[in-house]
Amino acid sequence: MSESHSHHDLAKHIKVYWVVFFALLVGTAVTVGLNYMHFDSLALTIGIAMFVATVKAFLVAGYFMHLLSEKKMIYAILLTTVFFLVGMMFLVIWGRDQLPRGSSFFGSHNSSSTPAISSQ
Amino acid sequence: MEIPYTVEARRDTGLFNAKVGIWLFLASEVMLFGALFSAYILLRVGALPGDWPHGLLNIPIGTFNTAVLISSSVTVVLGWAALQAGNFARYRKCQAITLLCALGFLGIKSYEYREKFGHYEVWLNQPITVKHAGKDVQTDRLLGHFTHNGSHPLFWKTETLAEKKVEAIKFSPDPIHYSMTAREMAHAKKEAHGQPHAEIEIKTADIRRLSAFVPGHGPYFAIYFTLTALHALHVLGGAIVIFYIWANTKMWKTEPERYINRVEVSGLFWHFVDLVWIFLFPVLYLL
Repeated sequence: MSESHSHHDLAKHIKVYWVVFFALLVGTAVTVGLNYMHFDSLALTIGIAMFVATVKAFLVAGYFMHLLSEKKMIYAILLTTVFFLVGMMFLVIWGRDQLPRGSSFFGSHNSSSTPAISSQ
Repeated sequence: MEIPYTVEARRDTGLFNAKVGIWLFLASEVMLFGALFSAYILLRVGALPGDWPHGLLNIPIGTFNTAVLISSSVTVVLGWAALQAGNFARYRKCQAITLLCALGFLGIKSYEYREKFGHYEVWLNQPITVKHAGKDVQTDRLLGHFTHNGSHPLFWKTETLAEKKVEAIKFSPDPIHYSMTAREMAHAKKEAHGQPHAEIEIKTADIRRLSAFVPGHGPYFAIYFTLTALHALHVLGGAIVIFYIWANTKMWKTEPERYINRVEVSGLFWHFVDLVWIFLFPVLYLL
């Protein structure tokens, strides 16, 4: 690879870093903006926020951490990690049925309980 | 002792050793934060309706801090790119901005913490009627601030009232409570905007429980402080390492490639810290 070619590559990379930077800022603005809209469905609110966060995480890991062009060894390490992380999260989901129900976390708001503040 | 493979790639991994090392470490970090995230989900799913605090953190400040951390991440990677192009002065400038951002993030986080330590919930023995957004509402749980001898006390608990022999507190209730939905809270806040804060006197004898927004308040603040403090420690640790490399420039003259690798590895850690915050911010501030 000639010197001028590698400099050209570097300039291209720097451009990508700036694009990712602005995409991350936009992603943050979108998450916060949507939060002010107060969707009726909590599941939708959580779904959108987590989706945007995952896209942002992909951008950081893929471009800032250069994961999109890494060696096999790193992928092997991360694949193992993902396996165990998913396993751990699934333990929580399996355990969910054992918990007292009535939470609004997954969108089933229970209105029969007494709220701390009630209009007279 | 000579450390092997600081610059040249090992034939079996295709990488210099520190790169494999940092990724193994980050893999363990994923499990650490992942475990705490799963604890968060369990606590939240198990909470009784209306019993999970939300909407109590300062969203504009949290958003600003997110932008600060994202900015520091881009300056890290730009600094590394500058080094690769042989532009040392530019690298120094980029990492100086990174370090300022790190300090800014920690400063803002401390300010947020302090605000929580002086913000209270009070549980009453009997429901009382207060004006919320122009309406009379009955409640036995109030959020708000109070003054004692002209100052806003921090970290007070139910027992503090007895210890200090306080007979009554002057309490300014917030127009909201987290048992409301997010939409109700937004509405109540808008209605209350610009109206003077009503102050009510609450007798100590009428108080069932008093707690600032500290880890002991309940599961939400317990996991909030655990996650954010652990994250803040990572910011501090990352900043110390980046500063150490930034300040010790001798290696750049003797072993430039090794120096670049050090910057890259510290940068990988820094991006990971940014990545964790990308999930922490919506989960703790918005949902």
